[in-house]
Amino acid sequence: MAVLLIAEHNNKELRPFTLNAATAASQIDSDVHAVIIGQNSADAAKQLSELPVVKKVLSVEGAHYENFTAENFAPVIVKLAENYSHIVCSANTFGKNLMPRIAAHLDTSQVSDIIKVISPDTFLRPIYAGNAFATIKSNDAKKCITIRPTSFDPCESTGGSAPIEKVDASEEFSNTKFIKREEIKSDRPELGTARIVVSGGRGMQSGDNFKLITEIADKLGAAIGASRAAVDAGYISNDHQVGQTGKVVVPDLYIAVGISGAIQHLAGMKESKVIVAINKDGEAPIFSVADYGLEADLFEALPQFMEELNKLNTIQK
Amino acid sequence: MKILVAVKRVIDYNVQIRVKEDGTGVVTDNVKMSTNPPDDNAIEEAVKIKEAGKATEVVAVTVGEEKAQETVRKALAVGADRGIHVKVDGILEPLAVSKILQKIVDKEKPDLVFMGKQAIDDDCNQTGQMLSALLNWPQATFASKIDVKENKLEVTREIDEGLETIEINVPAIVTCDLRLNEPRYASLPNIMKAKKKPIEEIAASDLGVDVSPRLEQLKVEEPPKRKAGIKVANVAELVQKLKNEAKVI
Repeated sequence: MAVLLIAEHNNKELRPFTLNAATAASQIDSDVHAVIIGQNSADAAKQLSELPVVKKVLSVEGAHYENFTAENFAPVIVKLAENYSHIVCSANTFGKNLMPRIAAHLDTSQVSDIIKVISPDTFLRPIYAGNAFATIKSNDAKKCITIRPTSFDPCESTGGSAPIEKVDASEEFSNTKFIKREEIKSDRPELGTARIVVSGGRGMQSGDNFKLITEIADKLGAAIGASRAAVDAGYISNDHQVGQTGKVVVPDLYIAVGISGAIQHLAGMKESKVIVAINKDGEAPIFSVADYGLEADLFEALPQFMEELNKLNTIQK
Repeated sequence: MKILVAVKRVIDYNVQIRVKEDGTGVVTDNVKMSTNPPDDNAIEEAVKIKEAGKATEVVAVTVGEEKAQETVRKALAVGADRGIHVKVDGILEPLAVSKILQKIVDKEKPDLVFMGKQAIDDDCNQTGQMLSALLNWPQATFASKIDVKENKLEVTREIDEGLETIEINVPAIVTCDLRLNEPRYASLPNIMKAKKKPIEEIAASDLGVDVSPRLEQLKVEEPPKRKAGIKVANVAELVQKLKNEAKVI
C-alpha cells in the first residue's frame, strides 16, 4: 500500500519542510500520495503535484481548514487512511499537533520525530534530548510517523505532474475556534533551513544587546537563534528558540554566543556541521561540542568579529 | 470547574543520561528522578486557576510504577487537592497512557485536563493530543498563556511561526509549554500537609484497557560523538579558521 504524506502549507504555497517529509515518505515506499487540506489552496496543491516523488495529490478544501486546526484535519486523514500503510508528516509544531490525533483515531502507536528510515517498519529516533538513539520497530498495521525535517534532504521541487484529485471535506469541529496568528515576519532566512545560524543566550543580558547578533547575522545572511533562557528572559520571541522543546537546526555553521550549553540546548544544534562557541566561561559545556571555541567577553568579541568580517573581500552566501 | 492534571516521573532534566551497555535502554538505577518539567507547569497553572476562584478542585494523576507516586505527592505539596495513581509496571506507550487517562476522565468527569506538552524522556509529544482524540474534545497544545472564560478558554500557543491564539469550549485538553508560568516550590509545611491528602490507587489491569506494546525498541545506542574541537586565541584567528579551514564563510 502507498504512503500518505500530509502537506504543510500556508494556503498559498507549500512550507519548505513538506519537501523533507516527502523525501522521508519516499524512503518508506516509492508510491507516495500527498494530501493537502486548506482553503483556496489550489496553488499550493499544484506545487505539490510538481514534486517528482509524489504520484497523486488529494486536495481537500473548506473554510474550516483555513487555519490548520488539528480537530478539523484529523477526520479527513483518518478517512483517507484506509488506503494507506503509512501516514507521514514533519515533526514541527504543525505535525506534532496533528499526528497524534490521527494515530489515536486509528488506534496506532505513533513513532515521533524519526531521523532515519531503516526499513518500512523500523526507524531511528532520538530520545532523551538526543542523548540516545532508539531503533523502533512498529507492529501496527498502519503506521503514523513524524519525521525530523533537518534529518532528511528536501526532495526535488519541479518536474513532476501528479494528478490532483478532489476529496470531500469533513464536518467542522465546532468546539475549537481560531482567533489569530502572530507571525514574526523577517527577511532573514528561516531558522530551520538557514545555512548559518547565530544564536544568543542569557549572556546577551538584554534584548537590546541582541543587535550585536543581528548585525553579524545580516552580514553573514544568517538566521537568528536563541537559547530558552534568552526567550524566557524576554530578549527575543519564542520562534527563535533552539533546543529540545524548540527548533532543531542543522546549519553548516552555528555560532553560539553567551550560551552555556545545557543539554536541552545542545539537543537542538549539536548536529550542525561547524559549531563556534563564544563564552567567557571557559568551563561552559558548550565548548564540549564546539569545533572552534573562543573564551572571551562577548561584548568585546562581537564587535571585533564584525570588524574582521568587514575585512573579508567575500562572504559566501 | 474541575481540573485533572497528568504528571509523569522521568529522569531529572539535569542528569546526563547513560546508555546501558547491552543496548536495552538507559541507566535508571540510582539516577535522580523528578516530575517531567512541563508537567510542573501544568500543575502550577491548575493551582493558579483554582486560587483565582475559577476552579473548585485540582486532581493530579500519574500512570506508572510504585515510585511514580512521588510525582503525585509533589503535585499535592504545591496545591493539588487529591491524587490518583494508576499502577502499572514497565514503560507504556503514549497511546496506552491516553487510553488509561480516558478511563480516569470517564470516572472523574473533569472539565479540563492539563499536562506537559512533551515528556523529556521519550520526547514523544503525543499523549495530550491522543487523549483529546479519544474523548473528541478540543485540544490546545504548546500553551504559553491561558485565559479562563465562561465555559471556554482562550489559549495562546507557541508555534514555529510565532504565536497562535485559539478559543476552546470546555471540556478540553491543554498541553503546557515551559513558558506558561513559573512553577512554585513546595514549602516544608505544605510537604507535610500533602502527606495527609488522599491518593487513590488503581491497578491499570482493573480499567479494562489494552496496554500491550505496539512498538518494539530493538536497540538503544549512544549518538555519534563529535570530535573534539580547538580553542582559538582571538577573534582574528576564529575568522581566519572559519574562512580558510572550515570554509563556511
